[in-house]
Amino acid sequence: MKIGNLELAAEELPGAVPAWGAEVDASQWLAASIHAEASGGRLLALWGSDRSDGAKPRFAVHAALVVQPGIIVMTLPLSEETYPDVSNVFPAANRMQRAVFDLLGLRATVPADERKWLRHAAWPPDVFPLRKDFLGDGSAFESYAADHIDDYPFVSVAGDGVHEIPVGPVHAGTIESGHFRFSVVGERVLKLEERFGYKHKGVEKRFEQMDCVTGAKLAGRISCDSTVAYAWAYAMAVESACGGEAPSRAAWLRALLLERERVANHLGDLGFLGNDAGLAFGLTQFSRLKEDMLRLNAAIFGHRYLMDLIVPGGVLIDVSAEESSRIRAECDALESELLLLRSIYDEHPGLQDRFIGTGRVAPELAARLGLIGLAGRASAQAWDLRAQFSCSPYDRLDVHMATHRNGDVAARVIVRFDEITESLRLIRAILEALPTRATLAQLPTAAEGATGIGWVEGWRGEVFMALELGPAGAIRRLHPHDPSWQNWPLLEHAALGNIVPDFPLINKSFNLSYSGHDL
Amino acid sequence: MFQLLKQIAIIGIKTEPAPAPDESLRVSKALSAQIAKRFHGALTIRHVDAGSCNGCELEINALNNPYYNLEGLGIRFVASPRHADMLLVTGPVSRHMELALKRTYDATPEPKLVVALGECACTGGIYGESYATLGRVSNVLPVDICVSGCPPTPLAIMQGILTAIT
Ligand code: SF4
Repeated sequence: MKIGNLELAAEELPGAVPAWGAEVDASQWLAASIHAEASGGRLLALWGSDRSDGAKPRFAVHAALVVQPGIIVMTLPLSEETYPDVSNVFPAANRMQRAVFDLLGLRATVPADERKWLRHAAWPPDVFPLRKDFLGDGSAFESYAADHIDDYPFVSVAGDGVHEIPVGPVHAGTIESGHFRFSVVGERVLKLEERFGYKHKGVEKRFEQMDCVTGAKLAGRISCDSTVAYAWAYAMAVESACGGEAPSRAAWLRALLLERERVANHLGDLGFLGNDAGLAFGLTQFSRLKEDMLRLNAAIFGHRYLMDLIVPGGVLIDVSAEESSRIRAECDALESELLLLRSIYDEHPGLQDRFIGTGRVAPELAARLGLIGLAGRASAQAWDLRAQFSCSPYDRLDVHMATHRNGDVAARVIVRFDEITESLRLIRAILEALPTRATLAQLPTAAEGATGIGWVEGWRGEVFMALELGPAGAIRRLHPHDPSWQNWPLLEHAALGNIVPDFPLINKSFNLSYSGHDL
Repeated sequence: MFQLLKQIAIIGIKTEPAPAPDESLRVSKALSAQIAKRFHGALTIRHVDAGSCNGCELEINALNNPYYNLEGLGIRFVASPRHADMLLVTGPVSRHMELALKRTYDATPEPKLVVALGECACTGGIYGESYATLGRVSNVLPVDICVSGCPPTPLAIMQGILTAIT
């Protein structure tokens, strides 16, 4: 396969998404990254694995690059515990590489930033939980943890009148736990530095104690606001590893759930964005619409957030004709309410004054640092898997991608409005063309060592999973990747030059996942 | 402005009646009589995410939508534990959040009601105990009420909160 001008021997991977796998050496690892970047490609995910119960040598690092025809998953087997740094090619690699070191002890050489990332003080720096010979339940490190705190070396800003505001991990509102360190002069933000990993729950290690059937539940709990996207990506990965496929009705129903998840989250965000800009009316109205939708989810699908409905092989739900007309009626009602609320938002001078120009990420910066998903589209990064690498049923739905060039809070609001409208159209189209037949298929048994990938455009952005199976369907390694990895670093830039009181608004306009990132 | 006011008038009041308290949710009975007397139904809450998957937070946020309107009952979420009567703790307690959770608890004035919210907070849930998590909240703090569910519905959360103060 060709990456820019580089020819790389790669093998097409089975499954729903266009993907190739290639084993590379250290120079190809770097060259492929450089060529991918130069030809408009980007880094999707970077992770490591301990293959002591499978291939030799023991360790490998992997990177998924998005290039013109699809994903290329590079595997670099390591004879030593180091590999070439790509963070100067793809800045988004910085935190991913640091996480690889914290969990597996594999070091990128020589990165500009060698600080720890996911590790705080719960285990010592020379212990690596994702190694196969690490079997600890954590109690072994309690005395270490008791004597140490997370002494993270923040970058400090010096100068006249500069002071720091530490915020978190426990925040003032009902949001997830994480730390923000602001350096400010007066009210203006000179620098924002994030510190995450507080919510690290050992998700990847936990997967390795599961098999591909039981893993579906955990996949849906990596970041619940995107449970459908995660469950679908997981099912896709298992199906491609097994060489099986979900029936076509199941694929359409998955898309129905995914679009409902998108609409519900966007409605919630639009409410909070109004509220954070001082219009409580917005929160009341949008949270009402979201609640209506969640209630219909509970009535038809049995769960407000649609958890545990997508499994490898298909879906556990179906939609009757009567239910389908209820969903359609909901779409109609929602559409007219949305039109009205949108015009109220558009014409509210106070609200627009807070939205416009706030938290801006210019398209050039977004491109250089690799902003993706919804926030990326609001900064002219035109990536939407549903439109570009569309698997069934999106290949039949002709998805219209919403984009904007301004990259400010206002643009992220507009993209949300546009995406809801498009999702409502998609929901109607899906119900219209829903194929008949089964919703669940038996999957063939996978061979030991089989690999698979999943890639789904969730409401926040691309959710990616790379799976390797062990004997009898056990999970040998599963790496889930949340789009927040790419987008959190951009929030640090978006806040610059803004006033501290606008930060909650800017943060909400990105609405990134802590849990999906901390794993 | 006219559109906005018209919308408020058309939609009207959506708030539904609150659920009755449920004694079966109470895991510790020590404080109840005193609290019922002191709070008269009014309460301030500080939420702490000890390592959730963010599902429980979605439902806590739903409590303030017009259907549940928790504030209408005199129950408010506050920005600091120093202003709170109750901690609402979600998630299994990740080892990296243990210190912050304990400090939040220490900063909360008596009687420090603690509600463990969701399957993970009540039992450790799917994450269990590991190198990264300490499991259920009661492994770290004394817990008064457990509300299970993954995530618990807003009604179940309301019921848990109301049970704690009646
Ligand atoms: S109880 Fe369920 S929703 Fe709540 S944190 Fe645990 S997994 Fe997430």
